[in-house]
Amino acid sequence: MATVGIVIISHSEKVAGGVKDILEQAVGQVTVEAAGGTEDGEIGTSLEKIQGAIENVHSAQGTVVFYDLGSAKMNAEIAIEMLELDNVHLAEAPVLEGAYLAAVEASMGRSLDEIVSALEKEY
Amino acid sequence: MTFTAEQALNWISKSNEKIQDNKDYLSELDQAIGDGDHGINMARGFDEVVKKLDGNDYGQVADVLKDAAMTLMSKVGGASGPLFGTAFLKMSMAVKGEETVAYDAFVKGFEDAVAGIKQRGKAEEGEKTMVDVWSPVVERMKDADDFDASVIRDNAQSSMEATKDIVATKGRAAYLKERSKGHLDPGSVSSYYIFEALAESLAEGA
Repeated sequence: MATVGIVIISHSEKVAGGVKDILEQAVGQVTVEAAGGTEDGEIGTSLEKIQGAIENVHSAQGTVVFYDLGSAKMNAEIAIEMLELDNVHLAEAPVLEGAYLAAVEASMGRSLDEIVSALEKEY
Repeated sequence: MTFTAEQALNWISKSNEKIQDNKDYLSELDQAIGDGDHGINMARGFDEVVKKLDGNDYGQVADVLKDAAMTLMSKVGGASGPLFGTAFLKMSMAVKGEETVAYDAFVKGFEDAVAGIKQRGKAEEGEKTMVDVWSPVVERMKDADDFDASVIRDNAQSSMEATKDIVATKGRAAYLKERSKGHLDPGSVSSYYIFEALAESLAEGA
């Protein structure tokens, strides 16, 4: 069965990719996509990258999305609204620590609701 | 008078010229109270918008605005992308289906744009943000009965200048508190260019 997907949005391609690397190595069984930087790899965020990342990891189990700074949040909100998918949650948690927690929970087969409440409890 | 797709294209093209001409100035303003990339971000975004619109045959104002919105959201990178993108997207949605846009629908588009900016940025008037230009200008547009280029330009200019005396309570500038006073808000200055460009495209007609 598919696990809850995780999307890491950062202003930096390296930061988003780095967080993804940590989750994949430390947690293993996890569906994670990075959406870092602008389309040219500059500092910033890209709506298209974010949408693509969500689509790649999303399943009926749902997706939890992490972001770093304010404009990333706005682009994440727009992406989620425009994709019109059910069960996509934008998390208010530190990117690395929050995503790590979510990855551990997801790898144990926890549901999106369980992951969201675990995040809310922790942060 | 109505607003046409051709005028919308002219508006965007003039906005781009002003933003490119003032790229360094916008970044200087942003270096004083923000993260210093406003000029670069806006210039990159509008350059991409003009490239996207160039050579296309647009039948509707809504299509021009939608392409501009999507490009800004994807290409700007900073907070201005989703905010200006949302503004153009809301306008596009309000005038969808009309080949030429009458004044009432035009104003409705701008009202929706202001609501969209506020909702997306979780901002209100008086916080030293672009809302402090968009909101008063659109209020004056609501008071008018027809397109009036000088009302738009003059109000955008005075509203932009008034941001100098506001203490920022939103965005990066809010960290500076009282020290943000005495500086123009960069997003309000680029918003002024957009309204100035709109006024010019209205004055030139279809």
